Amino acid sequence: MPGMAAHRSPGDVLKLVAIGTAAGLFSGIFGVGGGTVIVPLLVLWLGYGEREATGTSLAAIVFIAGFAAAVQAGYGNVRVVDGLLVGIPAVGGVLAGAWLQQRLRSRTIALLFAAVLVASAVELLVR
Amino acid sequence: MIGAIAIGLAAGVVAGLLGVGGGVLFVPGLVIFIGLTQHQAEATSLLAIVPVALVGAVVQDRYGNVRRGDALLVGVLSLAGAAGGVALANALSGKVLQVGFALFMLFVAAQLVRRNVGRGGGEAETGDVGTDGAGTGT
Repeated sequence: MPGMAAHRSPGDVLKLVAIGTAAGLFSGIFGVGGGTVIVPLLVLWLGYGEREATGTSLAAIVFIAGFAAAVQAGYGNVRVVDGLLVGIPAVGGVLAGAWLQQRLRSRTIALLFAAVLVASAVELLVR
Repeated sequence: MIGAIAIGLAAGVVAGLLGVGGGVLFVPGLVIFIGLTQHQAEATSLLAIVPVALVGAVVQDRYGNVRRGDALLVGVLSLAGAAGGVALANALSGKVLQVGFALFMLFVAAQLVRRNVGRGGGEAETGDVGTDGAGTGT
């Protein structure tokens, strides 16, 4: 099993604490998983490879999003049916994405994603 | 409805490829196509992320890409931050949150561009198909 505790220095643990705290805050404030914080920091601070960072990030997000969703449910904000409407197709998408990732360079897709983000941000800002 | 399904699919692909939960697409999709408020969209996005991240993590684990100890540490250590973040989100008005979210999206977009431009796409990937192949796939 890769990445067990044996070769983790105290400095690395502190970095993981910082990454977890920052990811949790972003997740709670913006309703995201926190991967946009986790992935680059695992690469920059802990020397992760790109694919290891994405895999480890997804596993951490299960905890983060699950907990944040439960807290949001306490505020009465969660719409379960709408969540399934986007969440179920997304499970198919994630299988395709993880499969593609083993075979393609993700660069072009990352740039397309960036373009979609800019367009959506503009749409939100002008609403 | 079709827009929501399309957003779901796209968010999933992005999640699998980039290791994010897909929330950065779920939230605007739920606001724009389903008409949820920003608060409802953020909360609902968090719920939708859970199965996506779970399936993505299991698949990536089979490829040997998950450092389980680190993932658990980051996940558990994030819980206080997540609770604080949710409380803060619910203390803010929808409009402030929406503008903040739009700025967050622009930040993520800038980060993606910075990481993927000007270093020749030098990720440690097999790259048999190359950049052009990746582009036409979407």
